[in-house]
Amino acid sequence: MDAEKRSVEECSADDRAAEDPSAGARIGMWLFLLSEILLFGGLFLLYSVYRFRNPADFHAMSLELSRFAGTLNTVVLLTSSLSVALAIHAVREQGNARRGSLLVAVTIALGLVFLVVKGFEWAEKFRHGLYPDSPALLARPPGEMLFVGLYFTMTGLHALHLIIGLGVLAVMLVGLRRGTIGRSRQAPLENAGLYWHLVDIVWIFLFPLFYLIS
Amino acid sequence: MSSTRYILVWAALIALTAVTVATASANLGRAAIVVVLAIAAGKSTLVLLYFMHLREERRLLLKLVVPIAVATLAIFIGLTYTDVLHR
Repeated sequence: MDAEKRSVEECSADDRAAEDPSAGARIGMWLFLLSEILLFGGLFLLYSVYRFRNPADFHAMSLELSRFAGTLNTVVLLTSSLSVALAIHAVREQGNARRGSLLVAVTIALGLVFLVVKGFEWAEKFRHGLYPDSPALLARPPGEMLFVGLYFTMTGLHALHLIIGLGVLAVMLVGLRRGTIGRSRQAPLENAGLYWHLVDIVWIFLFPLFYLIS
Repeated sequence: MSSTRYILVWAALIALTAVTVATASANLGRAAIVVVLAIAAGKSTLVLLYFMHLREERRLLLKLVVPIAVATLAIFIGLTYTDVLHR
């Protein structure tokens, strides 16, 4: 460990760049992820203030969400994070683009499962007349209206990120099949993975805050 | 990091999800939100360190991105609540 550390310090900047060729792309990606964290962070702050002011309404409305669907989607998304991590592992450590593309395909399938479950949940809410500005919703107490508004905004923005992530992963899949992405060029795949994991982290917080408050 | 390691991290994430759901059903009252958020923070840390490879990241700049984001949000939240709490 010590020897390794010393050797890194003795290297010139050029050597370090050669040793870690995707560093530039990674720094750019993390800077973008920082802005994403602040974007969702602002919405979480909004949620927390409204919840602080309307604890009873938030509690009542949260009970109307399907805890089963939320838990299922959490498991689906965590598993998709595993499959994309294993895809990158296969390409980076084993140079196995075939296995990598298979695992990326699994990730895309799991992302679609998430969206289908989410779609059923939203459809269920719509059937009960719960959508922004609906007569049934406007008749409810203000705290419940705020909860539903935040629910649609935050899970909607999250789903939008997921759809974009699916598009990015589809491009990675084509790249892996064609050989334009592989052991010699892996930065795009690594960055796609970072984005996917961030979408997962956002859901890790959305799930307890909307489905599990008691 | 081996493939087995990734699968172990995933198993830990699933186990923590089960704990969160159980906590929410256990009627802990006001403490529940603290427990549930602590578990969410723990799960995120696992994803960041292992899936997003921050554990083996050598560049200090990248290791600092998440702490900087968390600190910034803590300032936003702290300042907002100085207002919200005293109205």
